[in-house]
Amino acid sequence: MPIRKLSAQRLWLLAAYTAAAALLFCAPLMLSDFRLNLLAKFLAYAIVALGLDLIWGYTGILSLGHGVFFGLGGYAMAMYLKMDASGGKLPDFMDWSGLTKLPWFWKPFESLPFAIAAGILLPALLALILGFFTFRNRIRGVYFTILTQALVIITTTLFIGQQAYTGGTNGLTGYSKLFGFSLGSPETKRWLYWVTVALLIGAFLLCRFLVKSRFGKVLRAIRDGENRARFIGYNPAIYQMVAFSFSAGLAGLAGMLFVLHVGIISPSMMGIVPSIEMVLWVAIGGRGTLAGAVIGAVLLNYAKSTFSESYPNIWILFMGALFVVVVVFLPKGAAGLFGQFKWLRRRKAADEGADGVRYPAV
Amino acid sequence: MKEQMESVILQCDEVTVDFDGFKAVQGMNLTLARGELRFLIGPNGAGKTTMLDVICGKTKPAVGKVLFGGSRVDITRKKEHQIAELGIGRKFQTPSIFASLTVYENFEIAMKQNRGVFAAMRAKLRKEDAERIAAQLDMVGLADKAQWRAGGLSHGEKQWLEIGMMLLQEPEILLLDEPVAGMTDNETEKTGELLQEIRKKQSIVVVEHDMEFVRNFASFVTVMHEGKLLKEGSMDEVQRDDRVAEVYLGKRRDADASRSTA
Repeated sequence: MPIRKLSAQRLWLLAAYTAAAALLFCAPLMLSDFRLNLLAKFLAYAIVALGLDLIWGYTGILSLGHGVFFGLGGYAMAMYLKMDASGGKLPDFMDWSGLTKLPWFWKPFESLPFAIAAGILLPALLALILGFFTFRNRIRGVYFTILTQALVIITTTLFIGQQAYTGGTNGLTGYSKLFGFSLGSPETKRWLYWVTVALLIGAFLLCRFLVKSRFGKVLRAIRDGENRARFIGYNPAIYQMVAFSFSAGLAGLAGMLFVLHVGIISPSMMGIVPSIEMVLWVAIGGRGTLAGAVIGAVLLNYAKSTFSESYPNIWILFMGALFVVVVVFLPKGAAGLFGQFKWLRRRKAADEGADGVRYPAV
Repeated sequence: MKEQMESVILQCDEVTVDFDGFKAVQGMNLTLARGELRFLIGPNGAGKTTMLDVICGKTKPAVGKVLFGGSRVDITRKKEHQIAELGIGRKFQTPSIFASLTVYENFEIAMKQNRGVFAAMRAKLRKEDAERIAAQLDMVGLADKAQWRAGGLSHGEKQWLEIGMMLLQEPEILLLDEPVAGMTDNETEKTGELLQEIRKKQSIVVVEHDMEFVRNFASFVTVMHEGKLLKEGSMDEVQRDDRVAEVYLGKRRDADASRSTA
């Protein structure tokens, strides 16, 4: 819009966001250490959901491979923690596997800045390479999605197979300190929680900036009509590559936070099932709205832990029922509920619904 | 025609398109002068749309060259978005607009600008941009629907939206595929006048079936038949040509055709 007005809707939104942020920052006062740690984990997942929403909700590309990017971030952080915990000696699992010397690619992970950079840039780079070979050759839709699944299988198989270098099925665990502070202490956990909240807000604002910029409009244009975008002079492949790579970087960041909160990363946390679950958070929260993605990730994981605590035997059925209900009754996800209130709508008539937006099927 | 021929903007040389053995276009030559409004007509399957596809890069010819602009670069090996950036705009037969974007946003991204990723991230709507878009909105009569989602417009409005997008793109050549299909007489008239207005600055190639429209607005017509050039000339010359009457107008015994052969 040419003129930015602080309309009533804008004020409401701003108030809601501020309240949500304040609530998140104050959560340590209200929650037990255990619950706070869970929430921290969910918020890390929310960062993945933001990135997925950018590539799926806004660009129309369904990736079922974000578990890999998440996992790479997690491994990068875990490698640093492991090196730190081993105190100059060979990490324990290498010893068991008969290695006598530290592999060359482990060496740089002695440095935390390197590990953090790698945790974001490695997934981003991997996504860029995959995007280069697919988007440039106009592989998209279901074919692209299948390729991302292949990426998951290749990566998990590799990580499981190379036990001496990656810890195999067990993954990387058995570290307890960051900067000499115990990862298990409530104090550290609280700080890590705040760091996660800050990073989530940062990621949200960054995504919001991208989505509102002309770049975001071009992404939506590519989703609506890739060829049309091409004939007015945009190169969709570059836009898709950048969006995919950015999205993977966010997943990597989330993976690093996850390891700090949970204390383990293993191939099963980056496999097919988690990759699909990540997509469900976005689908259920509401694709194409950033707040929806965050809400979806937090709500779904909250539901998952509540159901599994209360009904350990049949909780999975509840989850299944929830999916069915949302898919059937709320095709636009939880965020779509807000669109039902007239006063929250920003655009006149001819609103979504009839606009023919199509997403690749789940 | 002579003075126009002095500044050629587009020259198609011996273009042949092969769809798995079927030659949709065979050795077609087409020369377009700067500021020319050229109508491309012919019976169904004559290869008119394929010819536009070749020029805008959608279809790659098996043989032949398409030379564009003063530097006469061969654009047949370039990608679609590169051709668009060089200055060739295309309007397809069915309106293709970005349905989930608003009318305003459609214009905003179509506007001539740096199409790079990072330029798009930093792009701001400058005052002159806003004025140009506002002027374009007025011209296509969508000013009061600027904040509508484009998917909610009527067929005719979508056509106009797309024409507006193409004008904001400021191409040197506009390729229009049946621009008046589905338009009312009034809208058709308005489109014809618009084409006359555009040709003052840009060149246009129009594929059209509506013979009345062609008669009213065409000065120079190219007739294609079975992928080949059949006849080129003024509308009068073309109408008097026996071969044209036989393959095209003669075969179509509708009211239009019989009037033109009479």
